[in-house]
Amino acid sequence: MKDRLDEQTIALRAAREFTDGSVVNLGYGMPGLCANFIPESRTIFFQSENGMLGYGNLASDAEKDYEMINASDQPVTPLPGMCFFDSGISFDMIRGGHIDVVVLGAYQVSEKGDLANWGRPGRPATGMGGGMDLAAGAKKVIVMMLHTTKEGEPRIVKNCTYPLTARQCVSLIITDLAVIEVTAKSLILKEIAPGWTVPEVQGLTEAKLIPATDLKEIEL
Amino acid sequence: MAVNKIFRSFDEAVADVFNGATIMLGGFGSFGGLPINLIAALAKQGAKNLTIIANMGGVGLELSSRIKPGGYQDHGILFENGQVKKFIGSVPALGGMPPTSPIEKLFNEGKVEIETVPQGTMAERIRCGAGGLGGFYTRVGVGTVVAKGKETKVINGKEYLLELPLFADFALIKAHKADALGNLVYRKTARCFNPIMAMAAKVTIAEVDQVVPVGQLDPEVIVTPHVYVHRIIEVPR
Repeated sequence: MKDRLDEQTIALRAAREFTDGSVVNLGYGMPGLCANFIPESRTIFFQSENGMLGYGNLASDAEKDYEMINASDQPVTPLPGMCFFDSGISFDMIRGGHIDVVVLGAYQVSEKGDLANWGRPGRPATGMGGGMDLAAGAKKVIVMMLHTTKEGEPRIVKNCTYPLTARQCVSLIITDLAVIEVTAKSLILKEIAPGWTVPEVQGLTEAKLIPATDLKEIEL
Repeated sequence: MAVNKIFRSFDEAVADVFNGATIMLGGFGSFGGLPINLIAALAKQGAKNLTIIANMGGVGLELSSRIKPGGYQDHGILFENGQVKKFIGSVPALGGMPPTSPIEKLFNEGKVEIETVPQGTMAERIRCGAGGLGGFYTRVGVGTVVAKGKETKVINGKEYLLELPLFADFALIKAHKADALGNLVYRKTARCFNPIMAMAAKVTIAEVDQVVPVGQLDPEVIVTPHVYVHRIIEVPR
């Protein structure tokens, strides 16, 4: 089996999408890793749906304050200029288009950019949290996920079969095999993991991928 | 002062919660901002057929150690006790946890009803309840299961869903400091749903880290004005 990118490396690639001064929300789970890969030359304001803007790194054991957590229940550290607000204001910020980028995990993304990231078979009691609000309200939605399921099934599909989070909301998909741009017409394969070929990646993708004219290896 | 809002025991503070009441629980749903002492008192008090409105469904004592070292008691106990008829929230059960939280077990046995609401829609429904509004239109949930059965409207060429207000008989909330009138300030992310739930209930009961004399809170930083707070109780240190 060929090597795929590990989660840290996917996060590193995703974090390169954050421009200096942008407001970024990191979704539950794997997207949280992106906070570890911000170059010192760039200022990013991380927004957390539970009512916090401008927080720092994850807290060490000595620093942990359980009244200062991100949306993944992890204690984080303060930064100068940070602020707290209630859930109503937090989601005004999210729905009102004040979040530049949100990075979300996903079970499936369709060729039209539909996102399914909260419900799966056998677990009817799980919920979408703030995912629907973020997917509908952020200026740019990046999905960060493994290219296939544990069983090897494609996650980038023609039509989502899992419950939808929002329709036509995803603009970029970053996986352990590829970086894919979602356009109105098609999925453009922009970057590919080292050692992988286009037919190999297409073979693990249900939706049709169009290789970009400037297709390149994922730069790390 | 005309009315004494300060209670000395958590049991007394929740004594009149009645069977069939609708109750909002503040915080994000896990630790930090959840009124754990009032929840423990409500579990002891035993009111049944409750409708619980909270961001998360609670994981119960057993699973909570996966989130915070040593674990913590949350509103999972209300489900364990069979006190809850219906839950309204954005994360009834966490997908990243085993399906053994009290709410998920009861739901799978058909013993509790769940209404799953996107988190921001829930916050806004609570604010509508608080502010006497009949509802609002939102883009969130369009084209998903959330849209099922809801009125839609095209505004500026885009489809919106009508969402209706949420109210409660009681809001149990957590704040950092209260003055004796009931003005409240919060601490860090323990603010979350607390201030908006405080405004959307007939009776709001606040457990606080500290009660201070009237005049000691800076009027410029008070988050919840005292008119919304009916009972205050200090957490023993």
